[in-house]
Amino acid sequence: METEKTKVISVLVENKPGVLHGVANLFRRRNFNIESITVGPSEQVDSSRMTITVNADEKTIEQVVKQLAKLIDVLKVEELERGNFVMRELALIKVSVPGSKERSDIINCVEVFRGRVIDVSTDSLTVEITGTPDKIDAFLNLMKTNGVIELARTGITALARGAKSIRIDE
Amino acid sequence: MTKMSGAKVLIESLEQQNVDVIFGILGGAILPVYDALCGNEKIRHILARHEQGAAHAAEGYARASGRVGVCMATSGPGATNLVTGIANAYMDSSPMIAITGQVPSTGVNSSYMIGRDAFQEADIIGITTPITKHNYQPRTIAEIQPMVNAAFYIASSGRPGPVLIDIPKDVQSGIADVEVGFTNKIEARGYNPKIEPDLAKISEAANLLAKAEKPIILSGGGVIISNASDELMQMSDLLMAPVATTLMGKGSFPESHPLSVGSIGMHGNPAANKLMGEADVLLAVGTRFSDRATANLDTFCPNAKKIHIDIDAAEIGKNIEVDVPVVGDAKTSLKLLHDALVKKLNKNEGSAWTKRVKTAKEKLSPLLKEMPKDLLPKALLMELRKLLPENTIVTTEVGQNQMWSVLYFQALKPRTFISSGGLGTMGFGFPAALGAKVACPDRPVVDIAGDGSFLMTEQELACSITENIPVTVIVLNNSVLGMVAQWQRMLYKRRYMAVNLGKTPDFVKLAEAYGAQGFRATSMEEFQKAVKTALNSKVTTVIDVPIGSEHDVVPFVPPGCGLPQQRGDY
Repeated sequence: METEKTKVISVLVENKPGVLHGVANLFRRRNFNIESITVGPSEQVDSSRMTITVNADEKTIEQVVKQLAKLIDVLKVEELERGNFVMRELALIKVSVPGSKERSDIINCVEVFRGRVIDVSTDSLTVEITGTPDKIDAFLNLMKTNGVIELARTGITALARGAKSIRIDE
Repeated sequence: MTKMSGAKVLIESLEQQNVDVIFGILGGAILPVYDALCGNEKIRHILARHEQGAAHAAEGYARASGRVGVCMATSGPGATNLVTGIANAYMDSSPMIAITGQVPSTGVNSSYMIGRDAFQEADIIGITTPITKHNYQPRTIAEIQPMVNAAFYIASSGRPGPVLIDIPKDVQSGIADVEVGFTNKIEARGYNPKIEPDLAKISEAANLLAKAEKPIILSGGGVIISNASDELMQMSDLLMAPVATTLMGKGSFPESHPLSVGSIGMHGNPAANKLMGEADVLLAVGTRFSDRATANLDTFCPNAKKIHIDIDAAEIGKNIEVDVPVVGDAKTSLKLLHDALVKKLNKNEGSAWTKRVKTAKEKLSPLLKEMPKDLLPKALLMELRKLLPENTIVTTEVGQNQMWSVLYFQALKPRTFISSGGLGTMGFGFPAALGAKVACPDRPVVDIAGDGSFLMTEQELACSITENIPVTVIVLNNSVLGMVAQWQRMLYKRRYMAVNLGKTPDFVKLAEAYGAQGFRATSMEEFQKAVKTALNSKVTTVIDVPIGSEHDVVPFVPPGCGLPQQRGDY
């Protein structure tokens, strides 16, 4: 659940083995808690960007950022300023479909949420929804009546608004 | 280009870093490195008898000399035995390189072992991730030298710490074309330890100090690491401020100085603890405000504006909130602060505060209280100070022996008091003493030990004899695990559980069994004689001093209480 205490940290790291272990281990060892984490290659050579969400107060976040910055494989770390970044999460949701009435209801819903149906079988639909965690929560709530067979959420990924970027100082 | 084995590349890289000694124990997975070391005239290998001893010795070497200490072990149990020593170096910010062998990483079928639970395989990278500044596992020969360069740079710069290099056996024994003439290139783009203090913060700090009526300086291990004792002295002199230290900062300021008030903490000098509560501005340098130093934070230095100088930005605000943070090297920051302050301040030698410091010391300092007549820790340690030359390096074990040393043994120079501060590792002192002696062979080295701690690494007596590293061990022998016995006495209604050690071993015979010298001192005269003999001996000496089982370290701050709640007659 996203709350006032949800903070988003963008971390640029070396793209090499063991780095995710180092970051995850730091959270465990320092008694911090990862709400979600997404990792993938960044625009910069040999580096990956991690987007980590954490539920914590200001003081804790300051420690998280400072401790992360100390890791040798962390190239840059910043807390994204509240309200000043864009974020998206992707969810894949497999919904059970008892009959054709329900099927069209679900498809209508998917359209309203600007999702897509990406797999169909006789008694299920798999839906792709992208958006803020709140939007995905709302869609999931609607699907509850039909029954969610399986759910996979990526956790959020985010970037600061505008031309500002988090990159290595050359 | 020339053909060279990975092991040879490693040794040449270590030579390039001016490594002159490695403390280690070999084993199957590190054999190629030992083979490459065979006949080497630049690097002395010292065979420890347990890898923990090797790691502590490397740290003792580092802390006595300020240089990087190197230890080495084989894979699996060799590597895991290093772990306590690595964790100790991490907690106390000591520059150390640990080199471990690892099972082969490449090859076909049975020659490829890593990740397959091979014989003597342990995931030492995973194990040491939280207790190293960084760790490396080269998978090719080409990676070895840049990694060694980076490892030494990382270990010794910024806030120092241990770095582990885990080298699979196939990488050690493999042959590759390498560049002739090694480079100093360091690849660690995510690491920038060169931090210049923010001048605005320096100025803010100077303003606070200029207005202070009751300033106090708290000096931590960072002052010793950055060789900032002269700057500390100048600062104290300018402010006429008393200097308290943490355990790790002991020695950063001469404890014989009129403005020295000793160490703060749970078992700190009551004068230091008291004055911390009275000060109006605290200048803390190179300290992380450990719980054992501050006790309950609610009553820690409650009346003071706080200035915190530390090279590790993450230490600012981690344990206590401060008014003026200065992120930077202790030496540089103190210099800048001094320059900023000298224009704003008129030195006032006869102030009420300096008088108060004097009276607090006279009233509270255990060193100025009446001397006991019996063979008690206080009398022994105060006598020991008289017997030892100023440049003697003293190490301690952990427990009562350590706290008594903090209270009663005055450290006069930086890097002459080496103790396991953060991790509190029993068994640290003796191997650390060996390492210190190797680093400073011309100076006497003394380990102040307890019987419980000394038994944890006493096997290194064999190392001290065969490698000819003469040190002195003074065993304050109370036949119990004294510190926990004290806690059981004070906090658990004397319900003693698992603390009695009995009258075994006979430490004189133990020493003799190893080929060392052993004495027992049952009077002050015998103690004096034994220490004098030890100092003039070319062989390691163990002095067993039976002290009785019920002595407490007093006064002390009970867990959960604040520094002002220190209690106990002393």
